[in-house]
Amino acid sequence: MRVEWFEELWHYRELFYFFVWRDIKIRYKQTLFGVAWAVIQPFFTMIVFTLFFGRLAKMPSDGIPYPVFSYSALLPWIYFSGSLSLSGNSLISNSNLITKVYFPRIAVPASSVLCGLVDFCIASIVLVGMMIYFKIKLSWEILLWPILIVPLILLAFGVGMFLAALNVKYRDIKYAVPFFVQLWLFMTPVIYPSSIIPEKYRFLTALNPVSGVIEAFRASLIPTIKVDWQMLMISFAIILVIFFLGLFYFKKVEKFFADIV
Amino acid sequence: MNNTIIVENLSKKYRIGQFYHENSFRELMVNIVKKPFRKSEKNTLFVLKNISFKIKKGEVLGIIGRNGAGKSTLLKLISKITYPTTGKIKINGSISSLLEVGTGFHQELTGRENIYLNGSVLGMTKKEITKKMNQIIQFADVKKFIDTPIKRYSSGMRLRLGFSVAAHLNSDILIVDEVLAVGDAEFQNKCLKTMDELSTCGRTILFVSHNMAAIENLCSRVIWIENCKIKMDGNPSEIIKEYLSTVSDSLNKDSDLRCVENRSGTGDIRYTQIEILDPEKQPKDIIRTGDSLIVRLYYHVRHHVRNPHFGLEIHTKQGFLVASINTWTSGFNITYLSSGDGFIEFNVDSFNLIPNRYYISLWSGTSTKKFDRLNYCSLLNIETSDVYLSGREVDSRFGIVAIPCRWSLSDFNKSCQ
Repeated sequence: MRVEWFEELWHYRELFYFFVWRDIKIRYKQTLFGVAWAVIQPFFTMIVFTLFFGRLAKMPSDGIPYPVFSYSALLPWIYFSGSLSLSGNSLISNSNLITKVYFPRIAVPASSVLCGLVDFCIASIVLVGMMIYFKIKLSWEILLWPILIVPLILLAFGVGMFLAALNVKYRDIKYAVPFFVQLWLFMTPVIYPSSIIPEKYRFLTALNPVSGVIEAFRASLIPTIKVDWQMLMISFAIILVIFFLGLFYFKKVEKFFADIV
Repeated sequence: MNNTIIVENLSKKYRIGQFYHENSFRELMVNIVKKPFRKSEKNTLFVLKNISFKIKKGEVLGIIGRNGAGKSTLLKLISKITYPTTGKIKINGSISSLLEVGTGFHQELTGRENIYLNGSVLGMTKKEITKKMNQIIQFADVKKFIDTPIKRYSSGMRLRLGFSVAAHLNSDILIVDEVLAVGDAEFQNKCLKTMDELSTCGRTILFVSHNMAAIENLCSRVIWIENCKIKMDGNPSEIIKEYLSTVSDSLNKDSDLRCVENRSGTGDIRYTQIEILDPEKQPKDIIRTGDSLIVRLYYHVRHHVRNPHFGLEIHTKQGFLVASINTWTSGFNITYLSSGDGFIEFNVDSFNLIPNRYYISLWSGTSTKKFDRLNYCSLLNIETSDVYLSGREVDSRFGIVAIPCRWSLSDFNKSCQ
């Protein structure tokens, strides 16, 4: 890690701001429902999940109404998976810029990761409505909700940088990411609670850093579930490792982007 | 501190051919993990080799050379878009690279939004852009459409908008690549004028172009790159003269057109040779103003064609079209040509171009199809002659065409007497 990186990032902060601004602006251009998509997507997924997993498959949900149970995990999950696919393709879709002008390349995946936050915030408002509807009391742990997004951003950014850099050379990534994201969903306690995993294997779920964070998201909302701090800390440590690995890999190969993109 | 840009022993190698050498998927995966982006030494090609030069503050440097000589790569290296294989570049001051008009424009955003985006990409601050917004809009002449997404813009409007942002840049160093190659004559003139204004207010400009007139006009120094190296560096007019003469030499050497690579069209007809003959059908080496001559164009028809037309264009060095001589305007119709070789020729009683160097371009096609097109494929040297039988030399000072005429005088005072 060098000081010049940060100096340079600071120098280009306005360009970075414009990238985020652009990505947000064009996100729902020429759509009929516009920004409502930020809510439609998780809301209808929640309804389908509630019908099939909650009602038909009788999935346990730690004693919380299944809609709240799934929606509270779907929001961070949709943010995370959306950011992965956006940032994974970000360098390719900005290749015209990369081959014509210099700027810190990291601004491209970073802006893709940040622009998903708008959706996350909008969809969170609906969550407040659901909490009131299902008469769930809040505890001080609700304050964790906005804080927990930070490790999730770091993780999405770390993996995103790695995917984006690989995608420049190997376009396989473009096809692998949607598939890989889908598998990841099933390895993460979104549809099911991690409590259904036998106790002796549960430590394995800590290896998937998203699960620790998503369980914590859910726990922060519902007073009857306690935040599993130990699990969260393990996840956070893994996230930091992934983030720095992604960052170093990206920095190592960014010199060649313009030549091979 | 007097040097704005210092380039030392700069080399750039590119890999050519296939990216992947792995034989199996497993091997590929192992290699991705072990050494991503590694370079295989086998198929590499030097684009630039050990280039060194310094550019002083306020200098306007023109970079010339043939296609593929490495001019654009040099600009990309200086703008930090790609990295040198070896060597160093030191830069003092802020850089804006205009390798394209309207870099970063997004179709869905409005003109105004794109000005912000493009300006920021080129290194302007938000404050600066806001301050100059009205000037930029006015200069681009798109006021009515400024809040319309640019996907509704015509290509000309987009070009003007992009150029207008570029013209309001405040960077110390401007890197400009062939911006003049696009757009109509009016746009090109506007570009040149703006570049001229920018250069007079002390900017350092690096400028790549094939337009020698523009280079000569704008630049205080020229670098000529050939075969990955700097061939000449110094006074613009001298280098341009030298450069043009080698370009012409390579054109002049043979009139054989079969090996010309820079051509387009379907290839149903290909020009194979151009020959200039005197009225006795003997090859003519020297052409002088006012000569009678025959231009003979040999062709090869690959696939039989109907209603083909043939044409020849003459351009000045500056790219000005002097004449277009063709079978279509002359009303010379050919209904059918079967495959095989042949030639077509035209007679000129008096070839009235004033001494200079001209370029010949050839085309062949029908109203809907283009069979062959050769731009600047041959050089035409016109020597002086006593065209007006006055013993006085007519040269390029007197224009392009010598129009045959006879003078007479009627002095009214004298005729009254």
